[in-house]
Order: sequence, then structure tokens, then C-alpha cells
Amino acid sequence: MRYAMAVDTKKCVGCSDCVVACQTENNVPIGFCRDWVVEVMDGTYPQLEIELRSERCNHCENAPCVRCCPTGASHIVDGGIVLVKPNRCIGCGACIASCPYDARYPHPKGYVDKCTFCIHRVNQGMKPACVSVCPTKCMYFGDLDDPNSEVSMVLKKRKYKTLIPEAGTKPHLYFLI
Amino acid sequence: MNEELIISGRENLMVDPHLHIWHWPIPLYLFLGGLAAGVLFFAALYYLMGKENEYRSAVRRVPFIAPIALVIGLAALFYDLRHKAFFWQLYTTIRLESPMSWGAWTLLVITTASFIWCALHIREFFPNWDWKYNWLKDLEAFFNKYKKHLAWVMLIFAIITGVYTGILLSAFNARPLWNTSVLGPLFLASGLSAGAAAIVLASKNREERLLFTKIDLIILGVELFLIVHMFMGFLASTQVQIEAAGLFLGGEYTMVFWIFVVIIGIIIPGVLDLMELRGRHIPAYIPGVLVLFGSLMFRFVFVFAGQVSRWLY
Repeated sequence: MRYAMAVDTKKCVGCSDCVVACQTENNVPIGFCRDWVVEVMDGTYPQLEIELRSERCNHCENAPCVRCCPTGASHIVDGGIVLVKPNRCIGCGACIASCPYDARYPHPKGYVDKCTFCIHRVNQGMKPACVSVCPTKCMYFGDLDDPNSEVSMVLKKRKYKTLIPEAGTKPHLYFLI
Repeated sequence: MNEELIISGRENLMVDPHLHIWHWPIPLYLFLGGLAAGVLFFAALYYLMGKENEYRSAVRRVPFIAPIALVIGLAALFYDLRHKAFFWQLYTTIRLESPMSWGAWTLLVITTASFIWCALHIREFFPNWDWKYNWLKDLEAFFNKYKKHLAWVMLIFAIITGVYTGILLSAFNARPLWNTSVLGPLFLASGLSAGAAAIVLASKNREERLLFTKIDLIILGVELFLIVHMFMGFLASTQVQIEAAGLFLGGEYTMVFWIFVVIIGIIIPGVLDLMELRGRHIPAYIPGVLVLFGSLMFRFVFVFAGQVSRWLY
């Protein structure tokens, strides 16, 4: 099993609903967020192009945060989801420094926190909070090993990219372009 | 034009607008760890070469800096942890992939070894020292018997500690400025030069001072070579590493790096060392203090600049 997410940059309008849904669902401390929306403006006026991306942890296959964690608090569970065990985390910050996507942050309680792909919802057969609230339905979530999953289907049909593939992290957050 | 903005208002503390997760305790610790490694390296080396009596300061007296530096360094590291109550989790596992993990174990070994070494030489400072309890006396006799083994452990673990302070940073490929393998030898060289400088500062024997002035001069030369080497590597590499080098070549860290680290910390003390060796009398504390200062600044500049450097996407 290999969970992945695809975000359609042509459908995303940058409303940030995914961000608020995540903060509410996961009780993210005020002032922090586990996902965020990036707007890329390309070209010169009047030939401008905008790309909108809802970003979060890439749940990398070759995760630098898991590699550099001195205690094994950062680990990969079944389905390829990268998680942090709060009572093993010492808050050294190595994983935060090692993430090329800046997807982690220090929780005010001391341990490091990040996107979990809403594993508690996924295990109950639901979609992650951000996916389930998206008003334009621009996000797809599912199992890459299952050729009939939503995410496999859309990746078969559409062109896509990942972020900083040259960092060698093998990210599992895809952007449809 | 290509402009990227986070429009959902992400302001994660210590991550935005650019990473600043590691503050002064980390470079301070990297400096103290490097200094302790340098001091213990020379103590073990000259003891194993049988020069204990010729270079008394280096072997017997200056190593007392090491446990003090290491304890302050470890305290700084502990202070920097954000989940302090769980620090012991470091010692429940060894993860070879993570420099911080085996570094923590290395620190345990080197700190213990430095305390034992100092205990064996405590009569340098307190000639009438008495261990009071028999088991402590037995312990002293035991370590005196195996002093050579202890020196070997110190020598090897001093090198590992020195290299580890650099590898700790170079393991992060997310920060292009740190992501160069030259950092290991460069930090080792910087630690060794700090160690040699500390011996020059403390020694009262002219012959010993001249030897360590010579050693210091050679290591400063190596350091300068490695710095040039590092920039050559960066400039011949990918866009992100060219931009990382740009932080020191016209970017915001240019002045502080070239003035404090290279000119004041390496070139001026190097020239003064050379003058001393040519027979001019230079007060020993000037190059010594400059080298220590340069070594400390090097850590600060590198840790802070590295956190600004990043991949752009």
C-alpha cells in the first residue's frame, strides 16, 4: 500500500479551505499550519500565468527527516505515511532543518508536528480533511498500488510534476499541470 | 519573472519566513566540541609519542579545558532541545544514518574519557590531591595501567568528534550551503587549530609554544585551502549551491565571513605565527585569541547562513 495525493493546479482557486479544515480537524495550535497554499506568478504583464498549489508534507519515500532523526521518532508507517511519535521526539530540530519543503514545525508542546495525511480518518475509510472539504474538488487521495484508486486514475490521465525531485526525496504529493 | 508566495498566511514559528530553528546554543556547542576535540587530540597524540615531559602543558594541563568545554557544550545542546524531558530517548537507540544519533554516543565516550584523563592528571594543579576512598584509588590505578588504551580512545574519538561537528550539518541536503562533504574536514581543521591555539595560550615553555605555533600555522593553511576548495565546489555545482555560495560572495554574510572568519580568524593569526617563527617576538595571546575567535565566528556564520540557504521551487 502506498498512499499519495494529487492536487490539480488547474482547478485550485487558492481559497485556503484545506488549510482551515486541517487546522480544525487536527487541532493545530493557533499560529501554525500543516498545509498551505502557494501562488506562483510567472511571466510579465499582460502575459501572466498563475499556478496555485495546496502543499503539505510530501510523505517522501526517501525521507530526509526520517534519516536524520536521532531517536527514530520520525518514522514511516504502513502506506508510506511519515509520522512523528511525540513521546520519542526530543525536539532537536534536525528533521525541520532537513526538510526541503519546510513541511514541519515545532509544536508549542515541544515535539515536532506535521501533516499525517489524516491517518486517523484514512484508517476509517474517510478522505483526509483537506481533500474532503475542497470546494473545487481539486484534490485526489488514494493508494498508488491500487490501479483503480482515484489518485492512480488521475495520474494515468494527466500530466503531473512533483516538487524538487532533484533533492532525491521521491515525494508522494503530485501536482497535476 | 517568477514569483512564489505563500498566500494562505503560513507563519510557522522558527520556519517562516526562512528557517531559524537553531540559535546560538548550536554554534556555541559546535565550537566547544571542536575545541575539546582539538585539545584532547594533541594531548593523546603527544602522550602516545612519548613526549609527555617535553610538552607538559599539551598533555597534562590544557586537557582540563576539554571536560569544561564539553559540559558547557552539552548544556547548550540540552537548552536548545524543545522537548527536554525526553532527551534520554537519544540513548535508547543508535541510528547510523543520523549523525546526531552516533554523535550523541560519541559525546558520551569523549566526555567520559576527558574526565578520566583529567582525573589522572589532577595532581598537576593540586599536588596533594587525595582520592580519599579506596575504590577511587583503585580506579585511578586501573586507568593508569591502561593509560595508553585510554589515549588511543581519546585520539580516535577526538577525530570523530571534530568531524562529526561538521557532518552534523552536511547531512542536510535541504540546506545547500551545509550540503558539502568538505564540512567534515573543515570543522575538524578548525577544531584542531582552536586546540593548538589554546595550548599556545596556556604553555609557559618556549619550545612547546613554538611547536604548537608551527602546528597552528599549518592547520590554518589547510583551513584556508579547504575554504577555497569549498567555494570551488559550490560554484561548479547546481544553481542552489551557487546561490548558497553567493551568501558569502556578495550576499548578506559576505562581510562577516571574510572579515571575522577569514581575515581576523585565519590570515592575521597566520601571519603573526609566521613572524613569531621567523624570530620576531609576538605576544602569544594575540594569535591565540584571534584563532579562537575566528573558530567561534566560523560556527556562528555557518549555522546561521546555512539556515537561510534553501532549495527554490
